[in-house]
Amino acid sequence: MTKMEIKVTASKREPLDDYIDAVSKALALPLEEAWRPAVRANLEVSLRLARLVDEFALPDETEPAPIFTA
Amino acid sequence: MTAKPEMTASEIASAVARRKMSALDATEAALARIQQHDGVLNSFTDITADRARTKARAVDVDIAAGKPVGPLAGVPFAVKNLFDVAGLPTRAGSKINRDLAPAKRDAALIERMEAAGAVLVGALNMGEYAYDFTGENIHDGPSRNPHDTTRMSGGSSGGSGSAVGGALVPLALGSDTNGSIRVPSSFCGIFGLKPTYGRLSRARSFPFVASLDHLGPFARSVTDLALAYDVMQGSDADDAACTTRGLEPTLPLLANPVSDLRIAVAGGHFQKNVFPEAVEAVSRVAKALGATKVIDVPEASRARAAAYVITTTEGASLHLDRLRKRPNDFDPAVRDRLIAGAMVPAPLVDRAQKFRRWYRAQLAEIFKSVDVLLAPATPCTAPKLGQVNFNLDGVELPVRANIGIHTQPISFIGLPVVAVPVPLEPLPIGVQIICAPWREDIALRVAHALEKMGVVAASTPRGF
Repeated sequence: MTKMEIKVTASKREPLDDYIDAVSKALALPLEEAWRPAVRANLEVSLRLARLVDEFALPDETEPAPIFTA
Repeated sequence: MTAKPEMTASEIASAVARRKMSALDATEAALARIQQHDGVLNSFTDITADRARTKARAVDVDIAAGKPVGPLAGVPFAVKNLFDVAGLPTRAGSKINRDLAPAKRDAALIERMEAAGAVLVGALNMGEYAYDFTGENIHDGPSRNPHDTTRMSGGSSGGSGSAVGGALVPLALGSDTNGSIRVPSSFCGIFGLKPTYGRLSRARSFPFVASLDHLGPFARSVTDLALAYDVMQGSDADDAACTTRGLEPTLPLLANPVSDLRIAVAGGHFQKNVFPEAVEAVSRVAKALGATKVIDVPEASRARAAAYVITTTEGASLHLDRLRKRPNDFDPAVRDRLIAGAMVPAPLVDRAQKFRRWYRAQLAEIFKSVDVLLAPATPCTAPKLGQVNFNLDGVELPVRANIGIHTQPISFIGLPVVAVPVPLEPLPIGVQIICAPWREDIALRVAHALEKMGVVAASTPRGF
């Protein structure tokens, strides 16, 4: 790999990449470089949607419904 | 009597029980249609011809001996390949699961269908591990839409939609976590029932998201849908979420009038992100039912977001070991979504589950003043196979992630839904008939009334 290529690769790193590396290590999940853009894009969508839920204020007493009972 | 492709399950069962047609003839007719059309539709991954003939002969022997036979005597059916079928590995649309040992026992719902006399003819194509809305599958190829074979069948129960839409079988079973029964029903122009969460046993089926997974039937008529649903009801200790409620048969109630029901159109989120055909379909159904009221379902967009978060994280947890050991054997698109799902921080998942309880209470309040909500099943008719984006409300969005935008906020809290097909030209599209928990009877009754009025129907695709 040339110096130029290294520079290009480094410039493509996004803020989420450090987090992705840390979690993949913590969970012992393999992560090939070729998969990174798609994993990052998917994580960005999940976090954006999770933020929608996060910003909705709920009372402290609210119980989760992990197994839904109709 | 010869078995004709347009025969419904109830017509076949009636003919078989009256000895006008043998169960074996009905089975051979289905096997012949599969042979004739499945090369194009690609809806089946396994054809259990020997087993089917053995079962059909046994039904015929019982009838000849004057023994009572069930209400589905001799009716051919097939199941999404995440149902255990004794003797087959339960592949669940994956390459990895093909290495599993063959299942020793059928899924609970197959046992119940066969106890009613139905004849299993095979297992059906599906999106990998059910994480899919398209019906495409990288390992088995896409199941194709019988109304236009260049288009998606819808996922993840794509083979179920394709096989019933193409009238290869009158009945099929599938699963619905975020829309996987309702989406293929919509795209393939057939009826689908996603029952209340916990209503039908999921024992011996391969899971995806335990707190969102439902199983249910597909059919070409509402009577057939109710018939199959009724025989599959009942508690089951082998499914931790399965209800202990008693049986609540719907077939005897189907023809009851709907004039006393309070029916409204779901507003807000459910009237956004739609193509004109979805608007037209809901409008036709609402007009036929005299539904003029529009009720805003509060925070439905957030509900869809919460369902998305729960799905991706629970799905990731389910597949964590497979992601570690065999990442290259996944469909890369599924793998990358699951790996990302494993990285969502836990507090956000917990908040999604807490929001779920809040949202359930809002819907419970709405169902005090209405019996039925109407909403699109999909934002559009079937997209082209491989289509990546579509333009929704002026915004270019990915197709895959947004096909279930109107189904997700409903399954999120386990409400029962019948997806009814509105036979628009050139392609059909579905409408969701949504009811309060445990009121499948009302959803089926409304669907039946619409069918009688001719507003909804499973039209036969050209060439089939």
